[in-house]
Amino acid sequence: MSLTTAHSVVAPSANSKRIAGAIVVGYALISIVPLLWIFATSFKTPPDSIAYPPKIVFQPSLEGYCNLFTTRTRQTPEYINSLGPATGLCDETVRKRNMVIAGPSNFLPRFVNSLIIAFGSTFCAVFLGTLSAYGFSRFKVPLADDLLFFILSTRFMPPIAVAIPIYLMYREIGLSDTALGMILLYTAVNVSLAVWLLKGFIDEIPREYEEAAMIDGYTRLQAFWRTVLPQATTGIAATAIFCLIFAWNEYAFAALLTSGTAQTAPPFIPTIIGEGGQDWPAVAAGTTIFLVPILVFTILLRKQLLRGITFGAVRK
Amino acid sequence: MLNRTADNVARATPEPLAKRIRGISDKGLAWLFISPTILLLLAINIFPLFWAIYLSFTNYRANRPNEVVKNLGLANYRRILGDQDIWIAMQTTAHFVFWTILLQTVIGFTLAWLIDRKFRGHAFWTTIILVPMMLSPAVVGNFWRFLYEPQIGLFAYAVSFLTGIPPTNVQMLSNVELAPWAIIIVDTWMWTPYVMLICLAGLRSIPEYIYEAAEVDRASNWRQFWSITLPMALPFIMLAVLFRGIENFKMFDMVNLLTGGGPGSTTEVASITLKRQAFESWRTGYSSAFAIILFVAVFGLANIYVKALNKVKQR
Repeated sequence: MSLTTAHSVVAPSANSKRIAGAIVVGYALISIVPLLWIFATSFKTPPDSIAYPPKIVFQPSLEGYCNLFTTRTRQTPEYINSLGPATGLCDETVRKRNMVIAGPSNFLPRFVNSLIIAFGSTFCAVFLGTLSAYGFSRFKVPLADDLLFFILSTRFMPPIAVAIPIYLMYREIGLSDTALGMILLYTAVNVSLAVWLLKGFIDEIPREYEEAAMIDGYTRLQAFWRTVLPQATTGIAATAIFCLIFAWNEYAFAALLTSGTAQTAPPFIPTIIGEGGQDWPAVAAGTTIFLVPILVFTILLRKQLLRGITFGAVRK
Repeated sequence: MLNRTADNVARATPEPLAKRIRGISDKGLAWLFISPTILLLLAINIFPLFWAIYLSFTNYRANRPNEVVKNLGLANYRRILGDQDIWIAMQTTAHFVFWTILLQTVIGFTLAWLIDRKFRGHAFWTTIILVPMMLSPAVVGNFWRFLYEPQIGLFAYAVSFLTGIPPTNVQMLSNVELAPWAIIIVDTWMWTPYVMLICLAGLRSIPEYIYEAAEVDRASNWRQFWSITLPMALPFIMLAVLFRGIENFKMFDMVNLLTGGGPGSTTEVASITLKRQAFESWRTGYSSAFAIILFVAVFGLANIYVKALNKVKQR
């Protein structure tokens, strides 16, 4: 579907267009406020972030980002004065609050976990999904409809219901709190999306290309490799981005099955606390860093979005 | 002569693996391509499901792995169906699903209908509206806790600015009456774009000539909306409703971070109850039985959904 080529409903009048536009723009502006507020809060100092009335104009500060990446301890002013000059911007910011940087926080390792698990599971899901989708698209598979429904139905299980036996199973085979365990799990969840989406994309590639290639002496596998895959690139890329977004955003499994070494960013970000409660600028900074890649992907994907969110049911 | 020798040599030499795979039959290739996916799903989804079914008949507790496991028969299921708390959780879930879907459908369809007027800049604003649904419900839901803070929160401030209620009294998350609505608001904010996008596709699938014919027949705009627009977009609206229904029936992440089921258990939807039973009280057998019941319920919905999906596809 393209967002730019809507047909007109028998030429709406200029006035009705204007009113429609005003309402839609109004909704868009209101709905974007929470996101702008996250971005703004990430550049506030902790006192500014909890000021009343909420501050719209403020002196931007990087304290939130400093706090996000470091752990700090409170020290006496005498001790801080006895230290040498501040070694960086964060050091300086933190010292103003009578604190010194004690070390790096867990944000970076959690963020790296998110990257490893999201990309690992996406690669596996798209790899398996492409093969299955081709199989279902081109060959007469017995019980194909039942198998496809089975693949989709795994997506309907409530995550917590799946998490109970997975938790026990992983404990038995030593996969609890490991990146490998999470990659396997996310692959299993995403492969259903990948098969359904990619089957739609591969169905759209005319069979004649492969048949021509096979008449030229290619085997089925070569024909798949040389003619189908190159034409399915867009579909594969779109599918990969959808899988990536799911794995990146996933919270329920991550919160229940990881606690330390393999924890991803979504369960970690809500636990960022400062002195006397949640450190909102640091949370906002973490949230901003976490959301930006998704924003970029959403804009890249906007023409495939409809297809992705409906498992390929609605195309255009 | 020379040829025959070469043939014999070729026959005697085992075919290289690559060649053997290339020469594989279509049927073999189909299974080679499909089976890894099926095997993975069997290992990660179906095997655990059967394990959960087995556990649901026992008194197993995951925090006491060495205790003797007793077979309870159907006792867990009987207890769940008679458990007041479970029924309250189901009611909370139904309330949440009903209102989120109603609001999302009404607002989403209206937005789609307005965007279909194709005013200037509609593509840009549509993209802006779509952003919230792509973000992590957990991470964004967590931030809404800050927006909902009485007094310092932006939401509380906006409400008090518009209504005159003192901002310290806008206690969205700690008030028993308001907390269910707090999660409905965030879910609606997040997923209205989803319904809108599907409705927009529905509206754009209506061929222009039908409107032109209606125009010739001098059907009023009102009449056109009720006899053409709405019925023809209906399969798409249904699809959106079913998708959202299944997703919200399973709702966990956003509610867990916003209220954690509280205050008390006023926002304790089914998944939160399940998590409390399974991972806080460690009643693994009991919660497995509840999980199976939920799964059967969602599976029923899924069946309806796939039928509707096929209907939409046939159009």
